[in-house]
Amino acid sequence: MNFIGRRRFVQGLAASGLLVPWVDIANAAGTRFGSPDVLRGTEFDLVIDEVPVNFTGRPVMATTVNGSFPGPTLRFREGETVTIRVTNRLRETTSIHWHGLILPYQMDGVPGISFAGIPAGGSFTYRFRVQQRGSYWYHSHSGFQEMRGLYGSIVIDPAQSPRLGEDRDFTVLLSDWSDEDPMRIMAKLKVQGDYYNHHRPTAIDFARDVSATSLEAALARRRMWNEMRMSPTDLADVSSATLVHLVNGCAPDGNWTGLFKRGESVRLRLVNGSGNTFYDLRIPGLPLRVVEVDGQAIEPVTVDEFRFGPGETCDVVVHPDEDVYTLFAQTMDRSGYARATLAVREGLAAPTPALDKIEWLTMADMMGAMDHGPMAGMQGMQAADDGMEGMQGMQPMDHGAHAGQPPDLLAVPSSRARHARTEYGPGTDMRVDMARTNLDDPGVGLRNNGRRVLSIADMKTVGGSADIRTPTREIELHLTGNMERYTWSFDGVEFGSSTPVHFRHGERLRVIMHNDTMMTHPMHLHGMWSDVETADGDFQVRRHTVPIQPAQRVSFRVTADAPGRWAWHCHLMLHMDAGMFREVVVA
Amino acid sequence: MKAILSLCVMAMSAWAASAQSMDHGAMSMQMQGGDAPVDARDPDAYSGGYRLGHGLYALPHPDGVTPHHLMMSDQQNFGSVLIDRLERSGNSPGVETVYDGRATFGTAYDKLVLKAEGEGARGRVGDARTELLWGHAVGAYWDTQLGLRNDAGSGRPGRNWLAFGVQGLAPYWFELEATAYVGEGGRTALRLAGEYELLITQRLILQPRIETSFHGRSDPDAHVGSGLSNAVAGIRLRYEINRQFAPYIGMESTGAYGSTADMIRSAGGRPRQTRWVAGVRMWF
Repeated sequence: MNFIGRRRFVQGLAASGLLVPWVDIANAAGTRFGSPDVLRGTEFDLVIDEVPVNFTGRPVMATTVNGSFPGPTLRFREGETVTIRVTNRLRETTSIHWHGLILPYQMDGVPGISFAGIPAGGSFTYRFRVQQRGSYWYHSHSGFQEMRGLYGSIVIDPAQSPRLGEDRDFTVLLSDWSDEDPMRIMAKLKVQGDYYNHHRPTAIDFARDVSATSLEAALARRRMWNEMRMSPTDLADVSSATLVHLVNGCAPDGNWTGLFKRGESVRLRLVNGSGNTFYDLRIPGLPLRVVEVDGQAIEPVTVDEFRFGPGETCDVVVHPDEDVYTLFAQTMDRSGYARATLAVREGLAAPTPALDKIEWLTMADMMGAMDHGPMAGMQGMQAADDGMEGMQGMQPMDHGAHAGQPPDLLAVPSSRARHARTEYGPGTDMRVDMARTNLDDPGVGLRNNGRRVLSIADMKTVGGSADIRTPTREIELHLTGNMERYTWSFDGVEFGSSTPVHFRHGERLRVIMHNDTMMTHPMHLHGMWSDVETADGDFQVRRHTVPIQPAQRVSFRVTADAPGRWAWHCHLMLHMDAGMFREVVVA
Repeated sequence: MKAILSLCVMAMSAWAASAQSMDHGAMSMQMQGGDAPVDARDPDAYSGGYRLGHGLYALPHPDGVTPHHLMMSDQQNFGSVLIDRLERSGNSPGVETVYDGRATFGTAYDKLVLKAEGEGARGRVGDARTELLWGHAVGAYWDTQLGLRNDAGSGRPGRNWLAFGVQGLAPYWFELEATAYVGEGGRTALRLAGEYELLITQRLILQPRIETSFHGRSDPDAHVGSGLSNAVAGIRLRYEINRQFAPYIGMESTGAYGSTADMIRSAGGRPRQTRWVAGVRMWF
């Protein structure tokens, strides 16, 4: 058990042992927490306002929809046209973005790109036809309002069947909260990039390593990191040192509870609406049958655990046959957790597992292709040497997107890194030449943990690719940053200095996201699907948010069928706002 | 003094030795810094001529122009004030309080930097160096600094200098600073400083620090001689109550050398001193 982590982070207001139902908290503050209202139909009225919340003992203001934290769940039906009137009672501009929904760009809700925003005291009416089904979510796309609570879930029922096959259907929205002003968090990180990292390597760790292994091994384990001025524990920029982790607006001790009867099947629509937290979620004792990711049906796969980042959604079906289970979602940096309960009645709680041990990033996370498997890992510096030759699975030749290339060469994604010239400047602290292209790595901290962990390689969209055309060209973009300066960018260029990415209307193109950083970035392209493919060019899964791991190179195809201007960004809010953001023009 | 200096030298040479022993320098050189090859990708190659806020589907603006409205923190200025050392000394005659701080305002790549360091006793500032610099990023970890320096204090003449330096983070996490100065009447000076933060625990941090000053010519009024004039080696142990507030205790040796030492001796002072210090480090 990690005592420091457990002790440090805020567990919420409710005294342990005394489980306070969310309604009581709601009465105290006037703000509704827990399972939000479900609004149905085709006409919706949403009011954005500030409301008081108190997760840490200190009352602060949050920004929410209809006075509920999280905002109400919107239940649409596929094929219907919905009208959503949003009224802004804030003193600043606001917006709502319908995350993952395919709609006209004017309805996408990104101020400064797709519309002017909803002015203070004003309103805006969104109107669009719902063209899909599944679990999605909505959130503000203005400043850091999302980190202040402006989000909620969307459930879209299929046009035909009135109900799904499960007996119970819960929307479980995970998020994170800080009492600190998000801009203050940004300012602190600009001064000290590891401000919230309380797992930095210490001299005591070094002494322990020396006694457990040898001086040489302990030095070798640190050499590359220190030489490159990189931290092997740089797993999250914002940790539980300032964050409270929430399930449906309830802190761990608030214990949000979903009720079931024994023998029932339960569908959990899990949404990661965090500003900055990757969660590793499991329900000890219950296998998770994953049936949808990002609202898209996949061929069902049963796992014990999965990782998801901000923006991603995952539907799982479980068959509980005992009285009580803990839904446990530890943060990727192992500094804290969100927790909830599935039980046959209110007031029950199963044990909360200990946080896993912190795992250092490996040489594969820093340098990329060394080995093609989830085992690709830390064998000290020797591994780096082997890696330079051990490039199994890499394409022997470059299939890059040079002008005039015959289309058949584009059947397979290129594998050779083509760094932008702007990646040699102060905005980029490292570049990866030999990125990993395998999709079967669950990521740092989840490798070989004894549990069956979901990876992208396990996700196979039902029915295959919706557009089987071979891409006509390839766009390669690199995810870059500098942890010392706390800058984040594409190709070493922040949004403010960038030019848009142009997709030709109607084309099928390939996008390559090559991660030159040591963090995982959930990359969200608005308005169009990201059809992830394998290193061999085979269709894998349709996503709206694609997590790209450190030193990983992921390829996806896009059908540019949505004219207009769209946002494309890392969904870690601080990375987005720091400039890891592009505008896309489809024309 | 000797003990601390040799400790610092030992620590640094240990790091240097391990740096030399590593045979992967070339690899990390490829991964960091360097010059873009001639065939490096053009970051604007996919724009198709579009610009932010201009052209098809760009947002209309009431005044007829179409600037892009979306501004994020990459285009904002951030400010901070770091008081690296604010300390008192128990056994040093004439020097009771020392301050050393830095304020910055700007973006990640271009900022105004105000550096202030000085010492005083009995309510008077005896020696103060204040610099106002433009810091400009030239590499992932390095900034150049260009600006002005002023030296002042009671009992000494004022001096003004042009300053040009580099500051940054070297491999193995050494914070380094090197600044050259050109003053009135052909005076020149060079100041080198380095520090390192050794995390004993997440909150208990040992910080060795060295600083040396060289002067091109003697300036007896300002109590400096030519050549190596002063060197300081200190070690401080701080406890971060939080990231932004940390009390510390430490030991520091100062030494004057060459003709600077002669000047101090002839004035009846001691060119070498070792003192205990206690202070706070904070930033906001």
